[in-house]
Amino acid sequence: MVRMNSVVIVGYGGYVPRYRIKSEEIARIWGRDRSELPVEEKAVAGLDEDTITMAVEAARIAIKRAGISPSRIGAVHVGTESKPYAVKPSGTIVAEAIGAAPRVTAADFEFACKAGTEALQFITSLVDAGRIEYGLAIGADTAQGRPGDALEFTAACGAAAFIIGRNKNEGIAEIEAWTSYVTDTPDFWRREYERYPHHTARFTGDPAYFHHIVNSVKNLLENDGYTLNDIDYAVFHQPNVRFPLVAARLLGIDLEKTKFGMVVGHIGNTYAASSLLGLVKVLDQARPGQRILLASFGSGAGSDSYIIRVLEGIESKRSLAPTLDKFIERKTYIDYAIYAKHRKKILM
Amino acid sequence: MYVAGVGLTKIDEHWWTSLEYLMTEASLKALDDSGISRVESIYVGSMLSPILQEQSHLGALLAEELGLSGIPAIGVEAASASGAAAVYAGAREIESGRANAVLVVGVDKMSDGMSEEVTAAMMSSERQEYVGFIGATFYSINALIYSLYMDRYNVGQEKIALFPVLCHEHAVNALHAQYPFKIKLETVLNSPYISEPLRRFETTAIADGAAALILVNEETAKKLDVPKTELIIEASTDYLTPFQREDPLWFPAIQLATSKALSRAKLERQDIKILELYDSTSIIAIISLESSGFAERGKAWQLLERGELGLSGALPCNTFGGLKARGHPAGATAVYQIAELHLQLTHRAGKNQVDSAETGLAQSLGGVASTAFTTILKEV
Repeated sequence: MVRMNSVVIVGYGGYVPRYRIKSEEIARIWGRDRSELPVEEKAVAGLDEDTITMAVEAARIAIKRAGISPSRIGAVHVGTESKPYAVKPSGTIVAEAIGAAPRVTAADFEFACKAGTEALQFITSLVDAGRIEYGLAIGADTAQGRPGDALEFTAACGAAAFIIGRNKNEGIAEIEAWTSYVTDTPDFWRREYERYPHHTARFTGDPAYFHHIVNSVKNLLENDGYTLNDIDYAVFHQPNVRFPLVAARLLGIDLEKTKFGMVVGHIGNTYAASSLLGLVKVLDQARPGQRILLASFGSGAGSDSYIIRVLEGIESKRSLAPTLDKFIERKTYIDYAIYAKHRKKILM
Repeated sequence: MYVAGVGLTKIDEHWWTSLEYLMTEASLKALDDSGISRVESIYVGSMLSPILQEQSHLGALLAEELGLSGIPAIGVEAASASGAAAVYAGAREIESGRANAVLVVGVDKMSDGMSEEVTAAMMSSERQEYVGFIGATFYSINALIYSLYMDRYNVGQEKIALFPVLCHEHAVNALHAQYPFKIKLETVLNSPYISEPLRRFETTAIADGAAALILVNEETAKKLDVPKTELIIEASTDYLTPFQREDPLWFPAIQLATSKALSRAKLERQDIKILELYDSTSIIAIISLESSGFAERGKAWQLLERGELGLSGALPCNTFGGLKARGHPAGATAVYQIAELHLQLTHRAGKNQVDSAETGLAQSLGGVASTAFTTILKEV
């Protein structure tokens, strides 16, 4: 895992569907104690939305900011664990919808919640190797929350898209380095033909989320010669409001640096989009020269961590499209009955 | 009969370690501590391993791990008092003259199960056919007793919840404790209900651990130049379901086991200087104090409030944090209790040292005091 030669984000976009269900409402249905809810509320996709439609929305925003013709995008990769088709890549539909097809490579990635940063790794590599001029990496999910399970409070819907290119002059931010830390750790999984995943409660903490993020970030910082002082923002995968803060503490990162990218309390855990939407939120406010540490976590398990340095181009490009906050603030509350309908939990 | 060595593992959620490793580690530490490398038999107490690890046969397994295959090695079970049952079995073998040195181990690894699995497994200490099948849990049974107690004696929860606060204070400097930090009474009282009125911080958490003792006879003890204590252990039983007893707020098994042990040790209650209570819940600790005669019925909370159970009090209790703060790895716990008394009486308790102690008493319970072991250790 090494530094990249010259890879920049030329466009970025985040999309969150409008519907929200409050954790209190979910707690009401299942008779749970209100005192320990992991998030305030979460985002729910509409009846005519899915991973692909959200991916397209986020991609369109990224394209607006990039200001390039979509036909120049040479690769479209979508990271998700809620592919509408088990066989048929979401990437092909996204590529067609945005006008990048047919001279494009497209596929889907799966690595639980780090599938989005996985796609980003691959796209940055294609660009860095000179195989493509521009590439589009997306993390998107309409995560499946098992009714009555603890994760039902947080399993949410969202998408984040990044257009990657080589040219610093048109760059919003430079991806300086990335690394991965991956082991065979069965903290959370879903077998073929199952509607909902299994998870192992406390085992998803120390040996999973924390172990992989801490090691991934430590490797990145040590190998690539960065120190904590080099970092202005720390964005982690956000399964709930607590875990990212504990991760920061374990790494010795000032908690203040994590708050800018925290979105989970308002929209829930958007799985493959989670850490990427945190990155979107930071890019909506960061200044040139600042550095962002991004660390995702995917169950199964692994963590991808990135160092991203903001460039001058951010100021002009940021305002070309709506910020993430616009989507977070745009909301319509639904109750559990409508939520169950939207999320296809009513089987007939 | 003497304890000539102890070995403890830290109590924690040991994600990276197996049950086999934990019990082997504790055994090797105990053997090291005693200076002997061979024992004549092994007793392993574990409550949950056949369920959570699907592993029985821990006796032969441990013998294999220790390179002692060939000697008799037996698993012993008495629900959450399994560790004490193993001590009892080992002690009787020494006392009967059949062995010079015995290894006794208590082990359980609760983190190998989801909390629902562990709660169900813990119910194996109750009558499945009469009580388990209706969906009761250990917590709900305790909750009923708790309500009854507060009602009959007009004692508020804030008095009883002082017990876990005391335990946490004592755990602060305990190296092997699961939760070595203080907690406030408000934190206990504001923690969510596990089963009303029992709050989460009035009961124990999922814990993994193993503790081991080396028991030797008089002759062997004389040859060993290591710290030793004399051990006496007695046992008693009662109906599994507290509501079938004459009084659910009285534990006759504790009363009997304690009387028998004191009598055999030729001691009175006032001779006991350190107490290890089995606080699987706060209310059990309170009733245990009363049933073993250290407090009057309905008044145990006064000892707490007056600070008599603190390290510098008249009767230091749960000096390394007890079940709540040191931790409660089910079948292993009783061996931790006895090992901790041993550390106290051999003056190796570090910052938790109670100087004046010459005798200690540990109560180990299976279920809601359906099995009670009382172990007395004397300084030698």
